[in-house]
Amino acid sequence: MTDFTSGFWGYFIATVAILGVVFCAYLLLSQMKVKLQKGEKAQVTGHKWDGDLEEYNNPLPGWWVGMFVLTLVFAVGYFWLYPGLVVMGNAKGWSQEGQHKEEVAKADAKYQALYDKYAKLDIPAVAQDKEANAMGKRLFMTYCVQCHGADARGAKGFPNLTDGDWLYGGKPENILETLNKGRHGQMPAFGAAFGEEKVRDAANYVLKISGSPAFNDVRAERGAETFKQVCAACHGADGKGNQSIGAPNLTDKTWLYGGSEATIVETITNGRDNVMPAWKEFLGDGKVHLLAAYVYSLRDSNK
Amino acid sequence: MENQATYNYTVVRQFAIMTVVWGIVGMLVGVICAAQMFWPELNIGPYLHFGRLRPLHTNAVIFAFGGCALFATSYYVVQRTCNVRLISDKLAAFTFWGWQLVIVLAAITLPLGYTSGKEYAELEWPIDILITVVWVAYAIVFFGTIAIRKIKHIYVANWFYGAFILAVALLHLVNSAAMPVTAMKSYSAYSGAVDAMVQWWYGHNAVGFFLTAAFLGMMYYFVPKQAGRPVYSYRLSVVHFWALIFTYMWAGPHHLHYTALPDWTQSLGMVFSLILLAPSWGGMINGIMTLSGAWHKLRTDPILKFMVTALSFYGMSTFEGPMMAIKSVNALSHYTDWTVGHVHSGALGWVAMISIGSIYYLIPRLFGREQMWSVKLIETHFWMATLGVVLYIASMWISGVTQGLMWRAINSDGTLTYAFIDAVKASYPYYFIRFLGGLLYLSGMILMLYNVLRTVFEGKAVDAKIPAVSAHA
Repeated sequence: MTDFTSGFWGYFIATVAILGVVFCAYLLLSQMKVKLQKGEKAQVTGHKWDGDLEEYNNPLPGWWVGMFVLTLVFAVGYFWLYPGLVVMGNAKGWSQEGQHKEEVAKADAKYQALYDKYAKLDIPAVAQDKEANAMGKRLFMTYCVQCHGADARGAKGFPNLTDGDWLYGGKPENILETLNKGRHGQMPAFGAAFGEEKVRDAANYVLKISGSPAFNDVRAERGAETFKQVCAACHGADGKGNQSIGAPNLTDKTWLYGGSEATIVETITNGRDNVMPAWKEFLGDGKVHLLAAYVYSLRDSNK
Repeated sequence: MENQATYNYTVVRQFAIMTVVWGIVGMLVGVICAAQMFWPELNIGPYLHFGRLRPLHTNAVIFAFGGCALFATSYYVVQRTCNVRLISDKLAAFTFWGWQLVIVLAAITLPLGYTSGKEYAELEWPIDILITVVWVAYAIVFFGTIAIRKIKHIYVANWFYGAFILAVALLHLVNSAAMPVTAMKSYSAYSGAVDAMVQWWYGHNAVGFFLTAAFLGMMYYFVPKQAGRPVYSYRLSVVHFWALIFTYMWAGPHHLHYTALPDWTQSLGMVFSLILLAPSWGGMINGIMTLSGAWHKLRTDPILKFMVTALSFYGMSTFEGPMMAIKSVNALSHYTDWTVGHVHSGALGWVAMISIGSIYYLIPRLFGREQMWSVKLIETHFWMATLGVVLYIASMWISGVTQGLMWRAINSDGTLTYAFIDAVKASYPYYFIRFLGGLLYLSGMILMLYNVLRTVFEGKAVDAKIPAVSAHA
């Protein structure tokens, strides 16, 4: 047994478990010798405590003994059929990993055809298919809602999938890649390099190009310089971002973490680190295909 | 020598009164937690958040309410059935003040967020050490008193109390073993699946020895006393005592079905949990059959009603427990409200009701009265408590089974029929019924406090004289 460093423990556990069952049986037998004759009443044992506390010596109720024996018999049978006594193995060859594999295989056999049916169709076509869309939605409700929400509108740090704005692109092949391989979006922290003032300047410039009316002109002007030197490397000189590396467009009013000055300052100061898990291994191509089509169908639903 | 001629009722009185007080505190926190489940806005600030109040609730009801009830009754029972005063008044007083200190420290540190993260063993290491010291003192007082007994045979209630004291010492020491890193932070001595196994070996035996064996000890004294009848079967008590304390030790793994725990460990836990059914029912049979020949008393005696209802709930939850330990049942019930309902049918139905009955028996005797200030109020308390438990567990059963079924419901394409939130929505109305049940139960406890205080203020503390040992003993 790999659970132990030495084979001894397997024997130890088997011995103690069997002795345990034997002990319970012995206890029962040892107290079953005395029986009452028909019509005979039980006597008290003769011991007395605290004035009037006494004990009858009634025999063990038959139905109760029967129930006890049944559980002991069940124990022996279960140890025979299922793992329990470590050294003995088990007659059914059962293991929980085995049970899981079996159930997964059964489910695959049952459902695979359903998903394969759509694998050959391209994603825009699948997105048009009513039945496929319903299946995609159910998959979404199982695997994606935890982060992106039941309405797919996301939350702070989790992208809204219905607004037509895409960090990594909204073409079918982009969505498929996001689902299959996952994404890891990183914004470096500039707090230490910039210092507090410069961070606020840059934040005000970002506010300005995003079209927000609430920014400080003087700060935005100073921030423009910083932006050109540092931020433009990823977000582009015009601030429109770069979908090949997931750098967000800063010139729209769509924010992943929030568009207040305080939040932007926080983003620049501490950076951001965001992960979308990869689903290819876990779900398989058939389900990912349907999911991609469903997400594709959402693209402009709430622009 | 005046002192020698009486039983030590002082410590019994202290623990008995605090049983009622902590009962109200613990159940109040429980009702607040139940309210937070229905009105999430009630999660106010970090200190009063559900995550911190929940362990406070469990610790308060198990160790403060249950613990005080066990100290009170075990000290009373061991003296009266051994015909001798406690071996040390000073040590007994130390256990009272020490235990109260543990409770107060728990009430302070848990809301502050100090926790070892082990369920029912959340208290951090300095408090764990204090518990150990108090517990050793308790063992010395209890077993010391047994050692100087004037009656040769040890009464069955004391077997159960003794097993409880020894087992809890063992469980506490093993499970709380940890490496301290600061004054209020430690790390468990175990890791991974071993840590989980040790935790639930502790957790289930806390149920087995703290909440079952010890309260069976209480039952074995107060039920025959209140019924005025001899215990039904000595033989049955022998079999079920030894089988119970042996088998409980194995049951822990049923809390970890279908996890990283090895298959064989899960099997052993399940099988011995099933074997546990008969030994558990032995106690119920002995309690209920003790009443045969005295059934008429049930009509007029609300204390006896509490005790018989407690035994019924005990029988019910010790049937439910082994069933839930079966893997295929557990696959449905695990992680649902069914577990919560099961625990409360044991806690409110069995543990609290047998304690309430016993405390109602004790208070007049400790304060020199014939009976409680108002027997009618006990009757009212009984019906409030019964209705409260029924509301609580019925709502949790329905909610739990609903959750279990919704989580596993599958569409024709193999996807889940319901998102998690759907099951939350389905449970929502039952959380209100649970809250009502808890509120009703708590209100009954407040009636009890009033009744106890009236009795105490009308009476006066008396210590019973130790009678001369009769010849037959």
